Amino acid sequence: MQLYLPIAEVSVNAFLLLGLGGIVGFLSGMFGVGGGFLITPLLFFIGIPPAVAVATGANQVVASSVSGVLAQMKRKAVDFRMGGVLLAGGMLGSGLGIWVFALLTAAGQVDLFVQLAYVLFLGLVGALMLQESLRSLRRANRANAPIRRSHVHLWVHKLPLKMKFRASGLYISVLPPMMVGALVGFLAAIMGVGGGFIMVPAMIYLLGMPTKVVIGTSLFQIIFVTAFTTLMHAVTSQTVDMVLALLLILGGVIGAQMGARVGVRLKAEQLRILLALLVLAVCGKIALDLLLRPSELYSVGPGVLP
Amino acid sequence: MIRAALALWLLTVPAMAQEERIVAGLSQTSVAITADFSGSEILIYGAVKREAAAPDEPKLEVIVTVEGPSTPLVVRKKERRAGIWVNAEAVNISRAPSFYAIHTTGPLDDILSNTENLRQRITIASAVRAVGISDDAEEAPSFLDALLRIRAAEGRYILNEGQVTLSEDTLFRADVELPANLTEGDYRVRIFLTRGGMVVDALERSIGVQKTGMERLIFTMAQDKPLLYGLLSLLLAVGAGWGASTAFRLVRL
Repeated sequence: MQLYLPIAEVSVNAFLLLGLGGIVGFLSGMFGVGGGFLITPLLFFIGIPPAVAVATGANQVVASSVSGVLAQMKRKAVDFRMGGVLLAGGMLGSGLGIWVFALLTAAGQVDLFVQLAYVLFLGLVGALMLQESLRSLRRANRANAPIRRSHVHLWVHKLPLKMKFRASGLYISVLPPMMVGALVGFLAAIMGVGGGFIMVPAMIYLLGMPTKVVIGTSLFQIIFVTAFTTLMHAVTSQTVDMVLALLLILGGVIGAQMGARVGVRLKAEQLRILLALLVLAVCGKIALDLLLRPSELYSVGPGVLP
Repeated sequence: MIRAALALWLLTVPAMAQEERIVAGLSQTSVAITADFSGSEILIYGAVKREAAAPDEPKLEVIVTVEGPSTPLVVRKKERRAGIWVNAEAVNISRAPSFYAIHTTGPLDDILSNTENLRQRITIASAVRAVGISDDAEEAPSFLDALLRIRAAEGRYILNEGQVTLSEDTLFRADVELPANLTEGDYRVRIFLTRGGMVVDALERSIGVQKTGMERLIFTMAQDKPLLYGLLSLLLAVGAGWGASTAFRLVRL
């Protein structure tokens, strides 16, 4: 069934979009990430204009994050205070990102920047995650594994403006969470992603938050950052396609629920290795596109009258 | 301006050529883009009206063009810099039609002379105009070629030689297929009669292409009330997320 998208101005198969949303939703439910880093490149691939893909991708992440947070709230695994601090930084970063996005679009370099950002962050996070989970898998297999200390004092614990985060059991400065939030907000605006794949490792390794509250808190703040990003894109460039978003969301929420079921049956280490491999695969694909000679050297974009 | 030039030119056409005139019709004068829009086909038909008997030589030929609304464009060329392919040179195109289809009775080079083409801007290349070429782009023609190549691959620029049927030098018909990725606006339909490469008569009609129903509603809202539209999109997302988790919880119980 072909469907004409009013904002993207292309006609696509509705079931293709539902399926795409479903697959990404399945993965995001299984791994506890928003899935934006998959949906946006996939939308480019099926011929949705990049600006529409980024803005609509952000809208889709809102839906999957709401669904995820509701599940996490029942387990009391959301640190609202930490979420609020991350959010304050996130808004700043998102606003800056929208501005840079408009600037790069005018210069014709937005595709390159988005691709480079994908390669850099996906490669970094994927490699770190793979290394870490392989190590913990080895450790779990050994009989008397050394117990990890619950409080490791890093440089982040010496900064001023300290605050108590009861749900996370932390007493740290608000500056590092704000910076993490700002970085993620910036990426959300430019890459059309929620930034969970950056946020989750940053919260664990940089802020030292306990793993059980990480996913819920990250999802909580992603809702607001992506909501803000969606709004900003809708107002500044009118590139949010409601029909496209609705189809992706429908497929996505159903996929996410099924993914969550499957995810429970797998071991945490195995899950993380799979996610790391997935992240690295997407990274490798985008990197190849940048390195290999493209079959068409020219591209056509909207212009302005001189 | 072009229309004025066309009118002026029509007045100065040799008297003999005036004896053949086009009478034409379109199967539809508007195209509605609805949610299930997957392209449309319009039939352009007509007859040649003449006072005297038709001359045998040169042969009568028909050219039909359909042109979508024009927009300014930028064509960029990728270059390898520091190991990666980045957009380097760029050429501004002041106006290029979003859609352009030429249907003819025969090979365009044979039935249309160069001077006539320049005057009427019939071929795709002559319908596109480039200005404001940036300093470092020495090979502007290759950028134009690239634009034509890319848009032809997208099905936006179509050259269909021999697709117009002309029976007994009088009745003609052309079936023009409009693709699914249409841009809104007025589409200009032009019909030319040529003999020996010279245009004998020309006629212009227009087809309005517009989004209707839901499509129209969503598009205008996104343009006119972006804040409300953004909030509505969010509401949709939050509602769907909440709905899904509730629905699945009920299913499990």
